[in-house]
Parts: sequence; C-alpha cells; structure tokens
Amino acid sequence: MSTVNGLNATPVPGSGSGVTARSDKAEKIDFSSDQEVRWCPGCGDYSILKQVQTLLEQSGKKKEEVVFISGIGCSSRFPYYLDTYGLHGIHGRAPAIVSGLRSVRPELSVWMITGDGDALSIGGNHIIHLLRRNVDVNVLLFNNEIYGLTKGQYSPTSPEGAVTRSTPMGSTDHPFNPLALVKGADGTFIARSMDRDPKHLREVLARADAHRGTSLVEIYQNCNVFNDGAFEVFTEKASKPANTLFVEHGKPLVFAGGTKGICIKDMKPRVIDIGPDFSPNDCWVHDERDNFKASILVRLFEDPQHEGAFPRPFGVFYVADRPTHEEKLQAQVRRAKEVKGAGDLDALLKGGHTWVIS
Amino acid sequence: MSQPTPAVKTVEQRDQVVILFAGDSGDGIQLTGSQFTDTNALFGNDVSTFPNFPAEIRAPQGTLAGVSGYQLHFGSVEIFTPGDQCDVLVVMNAAALKANIGKLKQGGTIIANSDGFDPKNLRLAGYAAGDDPLANGSLVNYVLHSVDVTKMTRAALEELTLGMKEKDRCKNMFVLGFINWMFNRGMANSERFLHQKFAKKPELLDANLRALKAGFHYGDTSETFTTRFDVKPAPMPKGTYRSITGNQGTALGLIAAAQKARLDLFYGSYPITPASDILHELSRHKNFGVITFQAEDEIAAIASAIGASYGGALGITASSGPGIALKTEAMGLAFMLELPLVIVNVQRGGPSTGLPTKTEQADLWQAVHGRNGEAPIPVIAASTPIDCFDMAFEAVQIALEHMTPVMLLTDGYIANGAEPWRFPQAKELPEIKPNFIPAREGVGDPAIPAQGRNDNAEAFLPYLRDERGVRPWALPGQAGLQHRIGGIEKQDKTGNISYDPANHELMVRLRAEKVARIADRYKPIRLDSGPAEGDVLIVGWGSTYGAIRTAALQLQAEGRSVAHVHIRHMFPFNKGLGPLLKQYRKVLVPEMNSGQLRQLLRAEFLCDAQGLNKIQGMPFTSEEIRAGVLNLLQA
Repeated sequence: MSTVNGLNATPVPGSGSGVTARSDKAEKIDFSSDQEVRWCPGCGDYSILKQVQTLLEQSGKKKEEVVFISGIGCSSRFPYYLDTYGLHGIHGRAPAIVSGLRSVRPELSVWMITGDGDALSIGGNHIIHLLRRNVDVNVLLFNNEIYGLTKGQYSPTSPEGAVTRSTPMGSTDHPFNPLALVKGADGTFIARSMDRDPKHLREVLARADAHRGTSLVEIYQNCNVFNDGAFEVFTEKASKPANTLFVEHGKPLVFAGGTKGICIKDMKPRVIDIGPDFSPNDCWVHDERDNFKASILVRLFEDPQHEGAFPRPFGVFYVADRPTHEEKLQAQVRRAKEVKGAGDLDALLKGGHTWVIS
Repeated sequence: MSQPTPAVKTVEQRDQVVILFAGDSGDGIQLTGSQFTDTNALFGNDVSTFPNFPAEIRAPQGTLAGVSGYQLHFGSVEIFTPGDQCDVLVVMNAAALKANIGKLKQGGTIIANSDGFDPKNLRLAGYAAGDDPLANGSLVNYVLHSVDVTKMTRAALEELTLGMKEKDRCKNMFVLGFINWMFNRGMANSERFLHQKFAKKPELLDANLRALKAGFHYGDTSETFTTRFDVKPAPMPKGTYRSITGNQGTALGLIAAAQKARLDLFYGSYPITPASDILHELSRHKNFGVITFQAEDEIAAIASAIGASYGGALGITASSGPGIALKTEAMGLAFMLELPLVIVNVQRGGPSTGLPTKTEQADLWQAVHGRNGEAPIPVIAASTPIDCFDMAFEAVQIALEHMTPVMLLTDGYIANGAEPWRFPQAKELPEIKPNFIPAREGVGDPAIPAQGRNDNAEAFLPYLRDERGVRPWALPGQAGLQHRIGGIEKQDKTGNISYDPANHELMVRLRAEKVARIADRYKPIRLDSGPAEGDVLIVGWGSTYGAIRTAALQLQAEGRSVAHVHIRHMFPFNKGLGPLLKQYRKVLVPEMNSGQLRQLLRAEFLCDAQGLNKIQGMPFTSEEIRAGVLNLLQA
C-alpha cells in the first residue's frame, strides 16, 4: 500500500510498500492482542472470537489492514482482543463510524461487531441505512436475546412474554425478526450461524468476508448468565436435527437427517416427509441469488415449540451484487477531478464574480 | 403617468443608505436584494446585508407570517452592520409595510406596490376594511411613492406570449430596474446577471430584461420622482474583491485548511436551517477531495466524521442547536479518542426547535460545557461573514495540530449575511501539519525472516504525549502501529482499558491540560478600538461585532472613554484577557442571550461584568449598544 488516502493520495509517513520481504513459507500470524479476554466464563463470545482469529490467520491479511469497529455491549469489547486496529465506539453508532471510515479508506478490511441491543434497539436507525447504502463491511450481529452488560433486561429480540429483570410480568414487546429487517433494508449478504457450530460459523464468516458490500451475519450466541439456553433447541444434539435447516446453494432444503424437506406449493413453503411420496427432488432448491425466495427464508422464524413449526434456517440466505457506497462516492470525486481538474485553491477563493478596487 | 420627455431630475449625495426590500416569500425579494447588493459592491461601495425570511418555504400569501425581507446597507464610508433603521423601504404588499414600517426613519422613503394593497391584501395584513395606509394619511411623516408595479410590469410584457403568472413573476425585476435608476446605477450588472441566469430560457430572459428596463425608464420619465441619490465608492483597501456569506466563508475556510494540511475532507451532516448551505457549498467542490455524506441523522453525521478522522481524513460536521444537542455524546467520544474533528454550530434561536430562521448566541454554554464528564473542547467564534473563513481555517489548525475536536460557533445572522471580501491568495495561508507518526515496518511480523524482524521493538503507545500534551495520529494501514481506542477510560500512554482510580484522575488532568495549552498558540489580545485603559470596556463575541464596533467608534468620537475588544477564543480564553479586563472601571458584555459570556468571564476572572442582553431573534442595532454604554456610564 503506497497511499492511505484514496483521494488526495496523501502519503502516510513510512507506509511505503516493498519494505517487507515476505518469505514463501510465512509463519502463522497471531491476531490475538496482549489484552486479557474478559467475558464471563462459558460465554458464547469466546467461540466467535476464536473463529474470527482463525479466519484472519488463514486469510493472508496483514494485521494493519484490518479494522474492528464496535458499539457498546458485551460483544463490543471484541476489538480489544485482536492485534489489529480497533475502535470501541458509542452505543449503536458503529455503523456510522464504519460509513465514515470506509468513505475515505476503501482499501481496508473493516469488521463491525454489534449485538441485538446495539444494532437493533439504540442503533436501529443506523443499521438500516448502512444496509441500504451497501457499505463494504462484515457485520457480526451477536444475538443473545438479552441485555448482558446492563445485567439482564429484555432486548428487541427477546420473545414476547420474556420474564427478565425489567419485565417481571413478561415482555409486552413483539420482537424483531433480525434477518427479515435486514432483507427489508435491502441487505446484499444475509446469513445466520451460531456460536456452538464453529465449523459452520467459520465458513459463513469466510463467505461474508469475501462479499463486497454489507455482509450481515446474525450469530446466535448463548449468554450463559442472563439467558442460558435461549438457542438450546437449535444447538443441542437431540433437538438440533428436527429444528434446524442448513441451507446450501444449489442443494435441496432437507433436514432432520434427510427425513424431511421443504417444498413450495401454492406460493407457500410446506414441510414434506422424504420417503415413498416425496424425494429430495421435490424440495425447494436453495438459490442464494433468488430475491423472492430469500424473503420467504428469512420469514421461517416460528417459535420452535409451536406445533408443526418450520425448522430455523442457518447458512447464507441471500447474496446480491450492488455497487458499494464508497465506490460510488469515490467515483464522484474522480469524475469531478476529471471534469473540473484537481482543485485549484486560488480559483476557489476567487469564486465566480470579482471586482477590483484600485 | 409617464411623459414622453424625461422630467428634470436632481442628484443628491449620500454617504450611506440603508434600503429594505420586503414582500411575500414568493416575491423574489432575496434575489432583488442580493442583486442590488452586488451592483453596489461592484461599484465600489462597502456593503453589509441582512436577509430575514420566514421559516415556512411558502407561508400563506399576503400575511405577516409570509413576509420576507432583505436589508442592505451600502456607503462611501466603512460599513459594519446592515444598519439600524432604513432610509428606503420597498414593499410589495400591505403585510410587508405593516411588518416593517417601524424600521423606517422618520422622513424616510416608501416605495409601495399599490397592487399589493387591494382589499384582499389589506384584510390579510390585518388592516380594517377601507383603511388603506397608502390613502388614509397615516404615512404623512414619510415620503410615499405608490407605484402599480403589477400593472406596469404586465404592460411592459404585453406583447409576450408568456402566461400571466410568469409575467407577474417579473415584478421584482421592475423594482430592481427602478432602484438601479433611483441610486444612479446603470443596468449593466443586472443585465449580465439575467443573461447568466436565463441563458437557457430565452423567453424568460427577454421578459425579465424588459421588466428591468421598464422599471429603470419609469424612474427616468415619471414626474413623481424628481430626486436620485448618489453614493460614491468607499475608500476600500486596494485589491480584488468578491462577495461572501458566512456559510460560504465557513465552507471555503474548511476546504482551504484541508488543502493546506494535504488531507481529504469528509463532511458528515444532516440538513438543518441555517447550516445546510455549508453542505450545499461543500458538495460542489468534490474535485478538492471533498466527500459530503448526508447522514441519516445528526448522530450519524458526527459519528461518520469521527470514522473518517480515524481513517486519516479531516472529519467535519455542522449543525444548529438542536442537532448539536444530538451530537453531544459523540463529541465526548471524539474528545476521549483525541482525534481531530471540527464541529460547526450555526446558532439559531432556541431552545428546542426555537426560531429556526432567526439568530441568537445562546449555545455558548452548550458549546463550552455541554458534555457528560469533564470534556473540555476548544470553542472559537466567528464575528463576520469573512471571519467565518478565518475561524474555520483556525478550527482545522487547532484540531489537526492538537488532536482534539474543536467547536466553531457562527450564527444565522452572519451565516446568511454577506460582505465584500478581499480574498487571500492560497500561498498566503499557512501550511498545517497533522500530527502523523511514521509506520514501523516489520514489527513482530512473522512473515519476515527473524534476522530482519523488529521483534524487540517496544509496544506502540498511542497515548504517548509530546511537550504540548498531544498524542500521535496513527492510521489504520500503517504497519506496526496497531492499537485499540475507545470511549472507556484508558491507561496513560498505552490506551488500554483502565479503571484505576489514580489513572482516571491523571487522564482527566492530562486531557484538560492539553486543551488549556492551546492558548499558547494565540496571538496577543488586541483591542478592536479605544483606549488601553478607561471607563468602559465592551467585551463582545460573535456576530454582534459590527453593531458594537459602530457604537464604540461613535462613543469615542463623542469623547467617551470606551474601548472594544472582540473575543474569538471562547475556550480556552486568551491569556491577555484577564489583565485587560482590569484596565477599565466597568465591563459591558452585549450578547444575544441572557448573559452566557458574562457568566464565563465572572467565573474565570472574578470580574464584575455587566450584561446588555437582547433575546429577540434579531441582531443588536448599534444605537442599542450605544445606549447601553451610556446607561452604564451614568450608573
């Protein structure tokens, strides 16, 4: 990297390229920082941190090219634990900080760490605008359906009726369906994974990192102190097969160990039994590029306790190509320079209309 | 009414004239006013203007609420304000007369569009039926000229195929033509302007030119008007001038400073009156590496600017009072991160939504104190439209050279007001040095063979301060400088999270000291006018400058022992201010608020400053300042 600023090409002191001679067999870069990790023992965040570190180590990225931006909450401590650039911001505003950073530094690898309260409550306004603008950032939304750092109040994803410290008689709020919200804001990469499935999480994160635009990954994350077992039905061996649907591009939607599938009939999804009457060929084949089916997938969001509920989908639901916001901003600057020439300060100060007093 | 041969006309010399154009907000008043301003400035007069318009884009026609005004003060002498009272009042309808007659001097001239005084307009303006002020003798103390502008404009455009509505929209050009005649100005500048504006609309160009000429010739031929006025050029310093409003000045100052620092400029903002024109101006100059980001709200506007500064660009945001309130938390973050950032507050009448299109200086305490915890940030204030350029430039200097958010205060009065500017050359502006730090290639990089690796380098300390207390600006992408920053209290030097009690106290002090030392860079304090010691020191700040200067010069001419100092550094104060206050028996602080600077001065200097306060959404007149000083002298 020879310049930091894309526009004025301001040389950054000492960031000249070609100084480092990289050997072919590079040792693994350790992305962990010298700071002691301070989440509660048993927190799902540890698993996510591990997968992110592993992914970065395998990615070939340089540490200095990577930036983590977060808001406020347990998850937002994440940047302190990585030996990259990091900015621990204020509650809910990480998307706006990211938008400004990416506008001026589009060559960096930017990651945003947020939670259900940070992204969907206090930062709700910012996250939808980040998505519609399609700023190139990997958003990891740690959803634990509870406020952890403030010690156990319900969050915008807590189910209605949730009994928490602030709702002793049960929450009266209807919760957000986070990915339906993301779809509604025209997100260009929509995915869900979970802390308890490291391999799946790592694969989904790698896909998110490869996508140009806002990649939003909702990660079910267990808060073992204030909301233990919230996602148990999706993560425990016994209940996982019947209640989860792992979608893969080009593959039929089957679950429960291949014994069940989902088809679309009369424009509606239906669960079918694979066997004498139906084969996997009768199932809906997942297509990440299908805008309308993605809208149905994000809506498979029923309470698993519900009789005949659909399984909860995991994986990459939707991918779309749309130019990023920063590309368009920078293109305007380039075009302005082409048309008007690089800024001439004297001409600017003079303006259009002058007169002389002699 | 018109005569085939021009009547005999006399020309009367005036050294200064205040003219107020007023009409419906759809009457083209602002255009007429700014065009006539331009013509006079070109002629060589010193000028000062005050556009005053309603908050509603198209308030109900003909009502007092819908009256838009444009006041121009021009002269052959130095002009500091748009004028206390006007010599000439041009009104397009009854409401415009009713709203502004109080501002006309006794014996002043009224030029009234008689068509705007029909029964409907009289009723809408709240005049009783049949009580036409043009006819009932109530204006006997003024020189009244009633002119049917509508009728004559239509007559001038009779041959054209334009609709009646389009024809009537040329009324303001008839008025402009007439005023050009009345003040002995030619039509060349107005014509040139119309050719530019309607270059692609020949029909409208033709119509407007005809209306302009009709107005001019009407003055020449009508017997009603026997006197023209002549205002000679002012003894302005030699040089090349342009006209500039405060908001333009702010925008250009920011760009100039970014260029001098060799940085891209990122401007995050959310539209708000009266700050939006800064966004409009900056968005036109992308070829200077300017990125404008119209954010989803005020919080995102400042947070995005912080993100841009973190990335190594010059992050800027601007707003007015209600928007600044929303940015408060993020200002605290920028203060804590110790990143450069400029926040512009174009103040308007408050509190809450307040008076969006009116002016006030009531956000000083918000600027100086309005954050949680101890978060002092430098606050500077501009005093004139031109000063907006200088102070915007200085705001960037302080932000970049001291790694701190800086608040720049302007207000609606100077933001929209214009004055002639002898603009500087780019080479005269100082270079600005951001506090960058070199990268450290190869620190702990396992990709580099061990012998070339800088493994033993000490950890990078993002909060290691220099002798001014300023930390380095390390940018993402720079090798070997990876670090984590945030709003949580940080350990001295390392920036790591720290809850240690003694460390917190140390950090609060270090941050405050850094800001206090910014006063070391100020030039020595300088009186604007008056004796170095005496009876009264008038301490002003911001847009009251012109009114205070005019009053102070007058009082001095009358033999009073009165001096004027105008403060630009609201926090930290100039070190010379305390000693200066002690040189006068009394200190008077005129402000468009209830006494905010006065209280800061009292708290800082134990000084028994007296207040002169006006909280009407309107600027001081110089006479009000003069009266305030005389009262204090007699007390």
